[in-house]
Amino acid sequence: MDFAITEEQSLLQDSVAKFIDNDYDFEKRMKHSESELGYSAEDWQEFANLGWTAVPFPEEDGGLDGGPVELMLIMEQFGRGLVVEPYLASIVLAGGALRRTADDAQKADWLMPLIEGSKTGALAYLEPQSRYRLADVALNAKKDGDDYVLNGEKGVVLNGATADVLVVSARTAGEQKDEDGISLFVLAADSNGVKRRAYATVDGQKGAEITFKDVRVPAAQLLGEEGKAFPVLQSVLQEATLAVCAEALGIMEKLNHKTLEYTKSRVQFGVPIAAFQALQHRMVEMFMLYEQTKSLLLWAVMAQESEDADEARRAISAIKYQVGTAGRQIGEEAIQLHGGMGVSWEMDVAHYFKRLTVINTLFGNADFHVERYADLM
Amino acid sequence: MDVNFTAEEKTFREEVRNFLDEKYPEDIAYKMNNGIEPDPEDFIRWQKILYQQGWIAPNWPVEYGGTGWSPVQKYIFSMEMARYNTPRLIPFGLSMVGPVIYTFGNEAQKERFLPDILESNVWWAQGYSEPGAGSDLASLKTRADRDGDEYVINGTKTWTTLGQHADWIFLLARTSQDVERRQEGISFILCDMKTPGVSVKPIITIEGGHEVNEVHFEDVRVPVQNLVGEEGKGWTYGKVLLQHERTNIADVARSQYRLNRLKELARSSVRGGEPLIGDWSFRRKLAEAEISLKALEYTDLRTLAAVATGKAPGPESSILKIRGTELQQLIDTLFMEAAGYYAIPFVPDQYQVDFGEEDYVGEGAETRTSLVYFNNRKASIYGGSNEIQRNIVAKHVLGL
Repeated sequence: MDFAITEEQSLLQDSVAKFIDNDYDFEKRMKHSESELGYSAEDWQEFANLGWTAVPFPEEDGGLDGGPVELMLIMEQFGRGLVVEPYLASIVLAGGALRRTADDAQKADWLMPLIEGSKTGALAYLEPQSRYRLADVALNAKKDGDDYVLNGEKGVVLNGATADVLVVSARTAGEQKDEDGISLFVLAADSNGVKRRAYATVDGQKGAEITFKDVRVPAAQLLGEEGKAFPVLQSVLQEATLAVCAEALGIMEKLNHKTLEYTKSRVQFGVPIAAFQALQHRMVEMFMLYEQTKSLLLWAVMAQESEDADEARRAISAIKYQVGTAGRQIGEEAIQLHGGMGVSWEMDVAHYFKRLTVINTLFGNADFHVERYADLM
Repeated sequence: MDVNFTAEEKTFREEVRNFLDEKYPEDIAYKMNNGIEPDPEDFIRWQKILYQQGWIAPNWPVEYGGTGWSPVQKYIFSMEMARYNTPRLIPFGLSMVGPVIYTFGNEAQKERFLPDILESNVWWAQGYSEPGAGSDLASLKTRADRDGDEYVINGTKTWTTLGQHADWIFLLARTSQDVERRQEGISFILCDMKTPGVSVKPIITIEGGHEVNEVHFEDVRVPVQNLVGEEGKGWTYGKVLLQHERTNIADVARSQYRLNRLKELARSSVRGGEPLIGDWSFRRKLAEAEISLKALEYTDLRTLAAVATGKAPGPESSILKIRGTELQQLIDTLFMEAAGYYAIPFVPDQYQVDFGEEDYVGEGAETRTSLVYFNNRKASIYGGSNEIQRNIVAKHVLGL
C-alpha cells in the first residue's frame, strides 16, 4: 500500500514544476497564446531538450519509457501553468497514434521529428457529425494504384492550425458508423488538397477545420493494418483522456488556491470576505471535490497497468465524469467567488476556468462517460 | 505506486475470512441480511466471540488489550467485517470511553473498567448533547457540584443512543461556573446508571424506532473517584475521543457492501416485466454513486497509506466523514427508490424472526427501505453535523 512515486518520477515532476513556477508566468502565457503560432516555439524546443516530449515513448524509438504515472505528473504541472504548447496534440495524440502503429521507417520519418520538437503533429479523428462516437468516420480513403485518395472533412482538430504532420482517420471499408473498416494515415499538412480553416479555441489554443479533396497519400503512409484502426484510436484516446484529467487536476488546484487567496484579501463590509461562512462552506466543497478528483485520478493511473481491460476503461470513465462535474463546479465557483474580477479577461482564473470547461468536452463529456461507466458496471 | 496487498497481508485476510466463516453466528447473519434489528444480546454475543479471538479492540494499544495490527491489517479486518455484513460494534465503550480511560484515567480506573469493556460485560452510553447544547457543546449546563467525596449531578443529556440498555454512562458536566472560556470547567465523569436520581426517557425517532433517549440527572451522587483525569479538563479529553478512530470513519466497506446488494437487486428484481437496471435514470444514479464511492475508497486508501508509512494523515482525511455520510444517505435513497410503492407500507413489526410469511408485505426488506432512509438522516447530524465538519475543514485545512 503505497502512493509514493519513485525517485526518478519525482525528479521529472520537480523539473516540470520548476519550469512552470519560474519560467512560465501568466503574462508570458497570454502573449504566446495570442501570437499567430499560438504558443512559444522556443519553449516547445525547451520541452524537447529537457526530454519531456520523449517521455511516453519506448526507448527503442528514442523515448524515455514513461507510463501513465509519468504522463500524469507532467500534465498536472502543465495544468498548473495553463500551458499552451501542443503536448497533448503532438505528443499524446499524434505521437501516441504513431507509437502504436508506425513501422520503423514511418517512425524515423514522422515520429522522430515530433519527439525532437522540430515538427508538431495533430490527430484528425473527429468529424462535424461524430460528436463522441469514435467510429463515426465518413472521410473516405480509396485505393488508387500505389496511393490512397482521401476525401472528406475533419473538425475541431487540436493544433490543426499549425501542425506539420497530420494523422488522419479514414474509412477504407464498411458503413459510416462501423468500427471495422477505419484506417489511419500519416501525411504532411501541406499536402495537395488539404485545406485548413484555422481558428483560435476558447481556451487560448489553436484548432482547425480541415477538408481533404482528392488528397493522394502513398500506401507507405498507411499506419498499421488497413481497416483495423478503431482499437488503436480507442487506446490513444484513453491515454489522452487520462492526460487531460491530470491537467484538470492541476487547474483545479490553482483555482482553489487562487480563490482562497482572493477571498482572504478582498475586503467588503470591513472584513475579508473569506470570513463569511456562506463562502467558507463553498470553498470547503471545492476542496473536497479536488481531493475526490485526485483519488479517482490515482485509481485511473494504477488501473491502466491492471490486467483487467474493463477495469482500466471503467476507471477512465469514472475520472473523466468526475473531472467534468467537479471541474464545472470548481470553475464556476471560482469565478463566482472572484466576483467581477472573475469575469475579467485580464484575470488568470478566467482562463483556467475556460480550459477546464474545454476539457469537459474533450474525448467525451461527463454524460457520455457516466453512461459508458454504467455499461461497464 | 501500488495499492495491492502484500503476501503477508493476503494471508492475514484469509485468516480473518476463515474466522468469520467459522465463528460468525448464522442466526445473527440471518437477521442482518433480512432487515431484522439484532437484539442487545446478539450484539453482546458477537462482541464476546471477537473478544475470545482477541480481536475486539484493534485500535487499542497492545498493553491494554489491542491486537498490535498494522494500519493495513486493521483496514483489512474492517473490510472483511463489512463484507460479511456483521453487526457494528457498539462504540460507546470500545471506541469512546475506553480510549479516554486508558489515555487519561488512573490505574484504579483502568483496572476497574477496561476489562469489562473488552469483555462486553458493561454496556456504556454517551452523555454529551443536551437539549440546549448540540453543535455548541461547550454551552452545556449539566452541573456536577463537589460535596465532600462526591459530585452531585443535575441536568439533562439527550440523544443518548441505546441508553435504555446502558449500565454506565460517561458524561461531560460543568464542575466550575466561574471560568474565562466556556471550554474550561467541564469535567469527564463516569456514572452508574443505577444510581438513584438517574432516569431514562425514550425518544421515538422519525421512523418510529426507539434508539435514543433523554437521560435526566436529579441530585445524582457520584464518588469523586469516577472523575477521569483532572477536574475541569474534560473538554480536552472529549475532543480526543471525537478524533479517535479516524480511520474507517467513512465506512467505505459497508457502503460497498450495500451498493453491491443494491446492484444485484436492481438486476434481479423484476416488477412490471423489466429489471430496474434497465431504467436509464436509475442506472445513471447507480453509476454516479459507485464513482463517488470509488473516490472515497481511494481517499481512504491515501489516508491509510500515509498512516502505514508513519506519516500523519493528509488533508484529504478531513473529507471522509462528510463524504462518507453523504454517500450512505445517497445509498439509502436509492434503496428506497428501488422499492417504489413498497416503500410506503409502514409495517415495522414484520421485521422479526418469527413473523408469519402469510402477512408479510412486499419482497425482501422493501418496506424497510423508507425506515432506513428516514432513520439515517441522523448520519449527517451526529458526531458533529456536516456543517460543523465544514467549519472544521475551513479552519484547520483551508486556514480560514
